[in-house]
Amino acid sequence: MTNTIQIAHGGGGRLSSQLIDEEIVSRFGEGPLKNLPDAALLPNPNSKIVFSTDSFVVHPLMFPGGNIGNLAVHGTINDVSVSGGRPLWLSLGLILEEGLSLDILRTVLDTIKKTAEECNVKIVTGDTKVVSRGQCDGMYINTAGIGVALENFNLDKNSILPGDSVLVSGTIGDHGMAVLAAREGINIENGPVSDTASVHKLVEIAHEFGQSVRFMRDPTRGGVAAVLNEIASGTNIGFKLESSSIPLSKGTDSISEILGIDPLNVACEGRMLLICDSSAADKMLEKWNQIPEGSGATIIGKATTVAGRVELLTVTGGTRLIDVSQGELLPRIC
Amino acid sequence: MKYIEDYRNPEAAAYIRKQIEVLAGELDGQGKTANIMEVCGSHTMAIGRFAIRELLPKNVKLISGPGCPVCVTDSGYIDAAIELAERNDIIIATFGDMINVPGSSTTLVKSRSKGAHVEVCYSPMNALELSKKYPDKQIVFLAIGFETTIAPILGLLSIIEKQNIQNISLLTAFKLVPPALEALASDPELNIDAFLCPAHVSVIIGADAYIPFVEKYKIPCVIASFEPVEILFGLMGILKQLVNGTSKVENQYKRFVRPSGSPKALELISKYLEVYDASWRGIGCIPSSGVKLKDNYSKFDATERFNIELKPEKQNSACRCGDVLKGKILPSDCPLFAKACNPLNPIGPCMVSSEGSCAAYYKYSR
Repeated sequence: MTNTIQIAHGGGGRLSSQLIDEEIVSRFGEGPLKNLPDAALLPNPNSKIVFSTDSFVVHPLMFPGGNIGNLAVHGTINDVSVSGGRPLWLSLGLILEEGLSLDILRTVLDTIKKTAEECNVKIVTGDTKVVSRGQCDGMYINTAGIGVALENFNLDKNSILPGDSVLVSGTIGDHGMAVLAAREGINIENGPVSDTASVHKLVEIAHEFGQSVRFMRDPTRGGVAAVLNEIASGTNIGFKLESSSIPLSKGTDSISEILGIDPLNVACEGRMLLICDSSAADKMLEKWNQIPEGSGATIIGKATTVAGRVELLTVTGGTRLIDVSQGELLPRIC
Repeated sequence: MKYIEDYRNPEAAAYIRKQIEVLAGELDGQGKTANIMEVCGSHTMAIGRFAIRELLPKNVKLISGPGCPVCVTDSGYIDAAIELAERNDIIIATFGDMINVPGSSTTLVKSRSKGAHVEVCYSPMNALELSKKYPDKQIVFLAIGFETTIAPILGLLSIIEKQNIQNISLLTAFKLVPPALEALASDPELNIDAFLCPAHVSVIIGADAYIPFVEKYKIPCVIASFEPVEILFGLMGILKQLVNGTSKVENQYKRFVRPSGSPKALELISKYLEVYDASWRGIGCIPSSGVKLKDNYSKFDATERFNIELKPEKQNSACRCGDVLKGKILPSDCPLFAKACNPLNPIGPCMVSSEGSCAAYYKYSR
């Protein structure tokens, strides 16, 4: 086998079969994928199902803390989880660029296999396409995920009441800053490391608190600022966060200070925001703190009566608006 | 990061706030208010980010000045940059904030979406990497900024000169801070009692650079860093001077600002650049407020290399950025603010750069 992806790997001929057999079936060929049917035949879970999909494009493919493979598994699992589901099955769609190194592909597929096993989900169906050089950036991945809905959750942003607590499961902005620093070649000692991880165990803990949990979200693109603004918009509540409670890793803090980018606007890939009745918040936090995924969790603020407005109490004692970013995160001039 | 945390200590901030309240009370007893202009865009952003404006006593007002280099770069310059970007043989290398600045009809980011090659740089030195990566292309670096950014860009120029690099040139629109202070202080429509002077600019020009200005206009000038506790400390220093009726230069950023500035940077400036009457977007021409390449370095000037002309600027008549830049009105007083003019569709320059006054108000205190 050659050591890069060629157009013929997607042509349906011998090279295609070789790629699928040696790289895909060898890793994921047990269970529903065995014998490569056109669709997976899955048992009926006898409950509501949660279904989500996400596409992953990231440059560079490898970054401190992970690679596109971790993201492709975690991203979809997390969307299913924060929607109140227990993730079970994933599809895996690969779009590969001609010239992609097979070593990179193997590393990514190994990561996907390992990550899926850790999260107790199965890759049950998939597809691989190859496009000409220049038509994609190394590789793109799409995953779709199916989970069963956990009972007793009543997740609805309209159920949030003033005084409810806002929890975050760990340091914020690490993924976005790690990728930005890797892409731009900003090398500092102890720089940011992506937080890519699954939040499904955190959701299982939250499930024990049932109706006290009002809403959950994973703050990916746009960061904590975008998610809280989205939740507050069109409701009668707002949020007020305390800057001194917001967990930041040293690496992310340093790079965002240098570039003038607010970590509240930067993506996480392994964190979740949870809004719950304040009487349950301390207990929830205590339980979260006991597992690695939630060891850095804190209560960062409260829901307020100021409709639609997300605010920050700063270290000076003043309060300011937390706005969504305008799209492209641009470093400041000076 | 311990260094930063110390300057963001809530107890220290609370202590200085109390002192500010006491001093403002004394000033009020004298029947006076304090109109303080923070000249620099980084101060405007830090004041917004740490919510300082809102917590000051009523008779202490902070006015945002013209100190965002992106905002005061006129539309003729942007048009020239776009004209260059649309040529196949040219790559525009620029600080990120510039790509959304509207010229007279479009922006660099829109040109980029139509195929123009525009690269966002984190440092002027990125231009060197681009020149190696694209040896068949001409790299034009958008060389704008105050003294702070002039210095590293001239660092780039000295490498270009030394290594005889043929495919990098500069499109310059450099501005100087002290002449702008002078223009603001002598404007009869403005009523500024003190200046909070920029941190990084002062590192380059030195604290003593403000002495002639302070002696002439009798206006207190206090240099402070961009950290919240030090901004509050700077404001406290200003209020002390106003209460005591003194006017002097106070350097509260002594760990980086020397009395005579950075000799190396000043040497580069005097080697390559000469003073001229520069045009400021929204304000107009200010005498001796800009620096441009000396004639013997004109081969590094993109306007010479590509034979283009900077045309005078056109502006939306309803946009009041000029009055905002001079501190005559607050951004929220402009009829376009947060309506027709917002960060996604900026009409005036102050809304474009993250350090512009209107953008800071939009982001933090709308």
